[in-house]
Amino acid sequence: MLYLRPTVRDRAGKWASYAVGVAVLAVVAFTADWPTIMHQFFNLEVAAQMWPAIVTVALKNTLWMTFASFVLGMSLAIVLAVLKVAGGPLGWFAVVFIEFFRGIPALLTIFGAAFVIPIAFGGFKIPGDRVGAAILGLTLVTGAYGAEIIRAGIQAVPRGQLEAARSLGMGSGQTTFWIVLPQALRIVIPPMTNELVMLLKDSSLVFIVGLGVFEKELTTFGRDALSTTGSPTPLFMVAIAYLVITLPLTYLVGLLEKRLDTKR
Amino acid sequence: MSNVFPDLESSAPPVVITDLHKSFGDNEVLKGIDLTVAQGEVVCVIGPSGSGKSTLLRCINLLEMPTSGSIRLLGAEMTDPDVELNQVRTHVGMVFQSFNLFPNMTAIGNCIIAQRQVLKRSKAEAIEIAKRNLELVGLADRMSYHPAQLSGGQQQRVAIARALSMDPKVMLFDEPTAALDPELVGDVLAVMRDLAEAGMTMVVVTHEMLFARDVSDRTIFMDGGVIVEEGPSAELVVAPREKRTQVFLKRVLDPTHVEDSELGELEPD
Repeated sequence: MLYLRPTVRDRAGKWASYAVGVAVLAVVAFTADWPTIMHQFFNLEVAAQMWPAIVTVALKNTLWMTFASFVLGMSLAIVLAVLKVAGGPLGWFAVVFIEFFRGIPALLTIFGAAFVIPIAFGGFKIPGDRVGAAILGLTLVTGAYGAEIIRAGIQAVPRGQLEAARSLGMGSGQTTFWIVLPQALRIVIPPMTNELVMLLKDSSLVFIVGLGVFEKELTTFGRDALSTTGSPTPLFMVAIAYLVITLPLTYLVGLLEKRLDTKR
Repeated sequence: MSNVFPDLESSAPPVVITDLHKSFGDNEVLKGIDLTVAQGEVVCVIGPSGSGKSTLLRCINLLEMPTSGSIRLLGAEMTDPDVELNQVRTHVGMVFQSFNLFPNMTAIGNCIIAQRQVLKRSKAEAIEIAKRNLELVGLADRMSYHPAQLSGGQQQRVAIARALSMDPKVMLFDEPTAALDPELVGDVLAVMRDLAEAGMTMVVVTHEMLFARDVSDRTIFMDGGVIVEEGPSAELVVAPREKRTQVFLKRVLDPTHVEDSELGELEPD
């Protein structure tokens, strides 16, 4: 076998993989039907029709539904995580709740929030109607997933912290609220930001509740535009709109992880 | 009927331990400990690692649940399920080997939180008391630093100030200098010496034999879960009667680490 010093071998391998990549791209570029692609997927006329509603209605709705469900979901998650760690009958309730909503598809939860609750509870009206039901569904999903993240954070707080608090005479509730939770929430900032990215994408599932013209979020908006214009361009614009939000968030997670690493 | 509340006025011994046993699974760590600490007394507990001395200390304020026996702390029976644990612990300071400062709070924040939440002191009063105690441990200029910005010795002194801010009747020290760089040990021991001289009742688990000899009133040597020997520190550390104590002390005061003259100093005249 040919012997190369590791650096040389690494460099050769790197160039080989670049070459393969470029070749694949070249084949795709030369065989694709560019005029049709441009007309179908990146049609500027269609794009112009969607402006500015894609931002003022669709993006706005996506963002505020995500934000509302995140805030509510995190509050729910903190309660569930504390109950689960504390154990006892309420702990069991938390476990069942968490496993139930993590175990079924988010789409089903949102559907349930919109159509099962009003039937099961005899005409109970969710505040905010269809949008309210959509946010409730997303809240339940985020609460269940977030609870597991926060539980991990709580258990990552060193035992000595609890002992120090208890030895000062602080009760278990005071210890949880003043000592454990502030540290746990700090630890879970990176995975929570990831959860926010997931939630943002999951908000596309709320189409199932049947949104009105001014309630549409990005995906519903794109799908409807697809059927009215007959062009797939709206879907690409929607994809770009998601990326504009998710990519910086993902980048932020990386930064946060690095910062927390160096602080330890 | 045992007492479930701490009695802060009594002049009775604040720590009375009777026939204390503690097992972790099949491993019996404490095999019947009897120990009484008088008001204002400073007791050092020494012994090899695994002898149960830290477990004994952690049983006193019930950070470890004893298997059997009785612990009377400030008059309250700690093993009684009805005991007001938080009320008793409020008056018993504890200092840990690994400091256990709250990393998300400043030095003064560490000293304030329990005063506010447990003693319900006013903000102004809590700050006043925290400042006084931080000055006492020589950290007046480090009040607004976070633990991560402090050296080990400084962190441990903040931990002592934090405990003192609760006006404790008893202070428990669990190897307070074991995690420190050698040159930082002195600052912490100096604070503890001041505290002892001010009349604080202290139980100190330590490997600092010179501290035990010079500062504590009584030293207890533990090995294998029992008290092997106890007596006035000046006698026990300098001239132990039991063979196991002699061997332990010789090993700790290893001649390769201690000047011959210092060893000579430890010998009885």
